Amino acid sequence: MLDLAGYGPQIFAGTVTTVELSLLSLAVSFLLGLLGASAKLSKNRIISGAATVYTTIIRGVPDLVLMLLIFYSLQIWINDATDYLDNIQNSIDFEVSLDPFTSGVITLGFIYGAYFTETFRGAFLAVPRGQLEAARSFGMRPMLVFRRILFPQMMRYALPGLANNWQVILKATALVSLIGLTDVIKAAQNAGEGTFRTFYFMSVAGLVYLFLTTISNGVLLLLERKYAVGVRKAVM
Amino acid sequence: MIYIIQNFGKEFLYSDGYHITGLAMTLWLLVISCAIGFCIALPLAILRNARNPLLWGPVWLYTFVIRGTPLYVQLLIVYTGFYSLDFVRDHVVLADFFKQGLNCTLLAFGLNTGAYTTEIFAGAIRETSFGEVDAAKSLGMSRFTMYRRIIIPSALRRALPVYSNEVILMLHATTLAFTATVPDILKVANDAYSATYNPFASFSTAALIYLCISFVLIFGFRKAEQHFLAFLKP
Repeated sequence: MLDLAGYGPQIFAGTVTTVELSLLSLAVSFLLGLLGASAKLSKNRIISGAATVYTTIIRGVPDLVLMLLIFYSLQIWINDATDYLDNIQNSIDFEVSLDPFTSGVITLGFIYGAYFTETFRGAFLAVPRGQLEAARSFGMRPMLVFRRILFPQMMRYALPGLANNWQVILKATALVSLIGLTDVIKAAQNAGEGTFRTFYFMSVAGLVYLFLTTISNGVLLLLERKYAVGVRKAVM
Repeated sequence: MIYIIQNFGKEFLYSDGYHITGLAMTLWLLVISCAIGFCIALPLAILRNARNPLLWGPVWLYTFVIRGTPLYVQLLIVYTGFYSLDFVRDHVVLADFFKQGLNCTLLAFGLNTGAYTTEIFAGAIRETSFGEVDAAKSLGMSRFTMYRRIIIPSALRRALPVYSNEVILMLHATTLAFTATVPDILKVANDAYSATYNPFASFSTAALIYLCISFVLIFGFRKAEQHFLAFLKP
């Protein structure tokens, strides 16, 4: 069916890298989003102001610019920090070097955390206040209120935005090949250069992405149905 | 940072004397690709809502494929992929076209934003209230007149908030042009980085320029919304 000219394993390994990268970035940005949304709704003006600055700047600057900025600067900052530690404690001399995968996860998580913050903020506000007040009047601690009352209900409102963000993250992982990660695009490029069939192999990479987005659409549809249990829909 | 602004400020913002660079190139990419996208999207959005599967099927496939793959892959297919095909290289006009990074970028960007815009406009057309359509029909308008006078103007207005989002995302997407050797803001930032080895100052200057463009666009679209959607105010 598909003639991959012996590059099949590389492309498969690249696909696995892409999936891992997107799932890890999703996890990071999901957590950052929850934190950011709580910060944005906080009564403390400094905290909510900081969260607003974070989301405004990140969403106003292209992800590729941020990625290059963070990827190149982070390494320098880490080097400076380790050098500083070397200077004050002569005994230890250590180096931390960032590989493209780790910095990809950090940058994508950091960038899309801002988008998740906005998604979750809207979803938090959509949960009726009375629910939270009732939970508190039962004597639940804030974490318990979040885990039992707020989170399950707000997921239903957050899912459409979440689905959208996930698709965007999945497609944004393509950019990480620009900072040197051998993902599915890099593998396809190598294969294309090796066989002089760039068009063919880039289309294969496109098909891989199409396959991934289509599958995740199906999964998200199932999740949406799960979290909408208990909501009555009008039958027409 | 000051060194970079002194030495690269001109290239970031307009020109180094010979070529347009930086800001001018980014805005050019944005305007042309949004124009191409708009021209593609308007007819396709109407076809997308057609009842005949032969009409909406191909449009659905187009938006499905474009929206399901990253823009970077599409750009690579257009920029490096097409030129590797024999018939393109042997054809004089096509070879000339696909040799230029700028042409490839504009084509890829236009097709990409065209797909997203098609879905936005198609959604807005679908949401047209039946009262407006009934009224148009009862006045004896033909289908064409009805689309021209009633459905399209109303749908475009209602699509404005979502469309403004798409334009901002397109601005962010234009950064990919530098992978096809188009000298936009990010390319200048990358040059500044290679010359100074100061990534933070170089790329944050670019980030600031992009932030300013985003804010101007958001402000402009908000004004436009106030003007065109004034009738929706409570």
